[in-house]
Amino acid sequence: MHELSIISSIVDIAEAQVKKAGVQYVDSIELEIGELAGIEWSALEFAWEVGVQKSVLENAERHIHRIPGRAQCVECGRRFLMKNIFDPCPTCGSYFNEILSGKELRVKALTVS
Amino acid sequence: MCGICGCGQPDGTVRIMKISAEHVHEHGHEHHHHSHGHHHHEHGNGHHHHAPVAQAIGGFQPGKTVLQIEQDILGKNNLLAERNRGFFEAKNILALNLVSSPGSGKTALLERTLADLKNEFPCYVIEGDQQTSNDANRIAATGAEVVQINTGKGCHLEADMVHDALKQLKPADNSLLFIENVGNLVCPAMFDLGEGARVVIMSVTEGEDKPIKYPDMFHSSQLCIINKIDLLPYVNFDVEKAKSYARQVSHITEFIELSATTGKGMEQWYEWLRTQLAVDKQAVAT
Repeated sequence: MHELSIISSIVDIAEAQVKKAGVQYVDSIELEIGELAGIEWSALEFAWEVGVQKSVLENAERHIHRIPGRAQCVECGRRFLMKNIFDPCPTCGSYFNEILSGKELRVKALTVS
Repeated sequence: MCGICGCGQPDGTVRIMKISAEHVHEHGHEHHHHSHGHHHHEHGNGHHHHAPVAQAIGGFQPGKTVLQIEQDILGKNNLLAERNRGFFEAKNILALNLVSSPGSGKTALLERTLADLKNEFPCYVIEGDQQTSNDANRIAATGAEVVQINTGKGCHLEADMVHDALKQLKPADNSLLFIENVGNLVCPAMFDLGEGARVVIMSVTEGEDKPIKYPDMFHSSQLCIINKIDLLPYVNFDVEKAKSYARQVSHITEFIELSATTGKGMEQWYEWLRTQLAVDKQAVAT
């Protein structure tokens, strides 16, 4: 379950920011995670509690912006919403698609006090 | 704690140790280097924005500071991976990240490859497993230099582990480095190690629909090896179907069918390695 190491990286980022800002707590954290980023939502949910234990994120509110997967067909140019990275183009059926968004994995903002 | 791949606490200790042929079965003399994979050093990436912004998440909250940081969660791993990549390029090392599910024959493939190529190129191996140095022992028996990484509770290798392993392995210039990732078709897909190419291995004893079941791993690989083809007469595995599934979810254009047990098809794999190494050499020369 790589979600746990993802959470661990998020904790590292938050701890570093808190230290730099000279504050104590993170009240809330805003994440941007793409639908095609390879994150299993239930696993993330499940691992979060364990992952943030005894860290500055322990009591932080978590906001996740899920960014939809969008792709453009290389063959016919059609832009479409992609649920899985192997979805074919709905117009021409090609698997040769360029992913435009949905691979994001970012800490967007922290509210600290 | 994990129902998906069995990994647990985030602070599971990672152990990295050099295995030599003489010490294969002795565990008392190994030097255990404890490295904590999840307590990395900070590497600023220059994209941090620390300016406090008055507007808080979900509306204005007096007394709170919002830090708009826009920081990539995998940023640190990716930075370290690029460091590894730079090291490989400078030394003209062809580093391959071998990924597959457990039991596809990665180690057997390596044993045979090392035995056949050790006089042609200097070969090095980094072995990743949750526990034991069994695989590294097998590799060390071929005479190749090998470092075992035990990820503890972790389900994949990360760039910093490879970085630490390289310090012990000290690979020579113009060599081949095989990084055998933890047997897992899910988690290693997300973590760049700095490799020159990612090679996904499937075997005919698995379902031919592995590529569409685990698309991320195939999506990020450059070569697909289909192993255990000596067993094709006994199993229900359609090679062409497997390839067509892989093409659906990836940019893989090359497939090598082989049997690490009988040696059939191995020459094609060696040709691929030679070509890759030659390409690397050209890249350095130009």
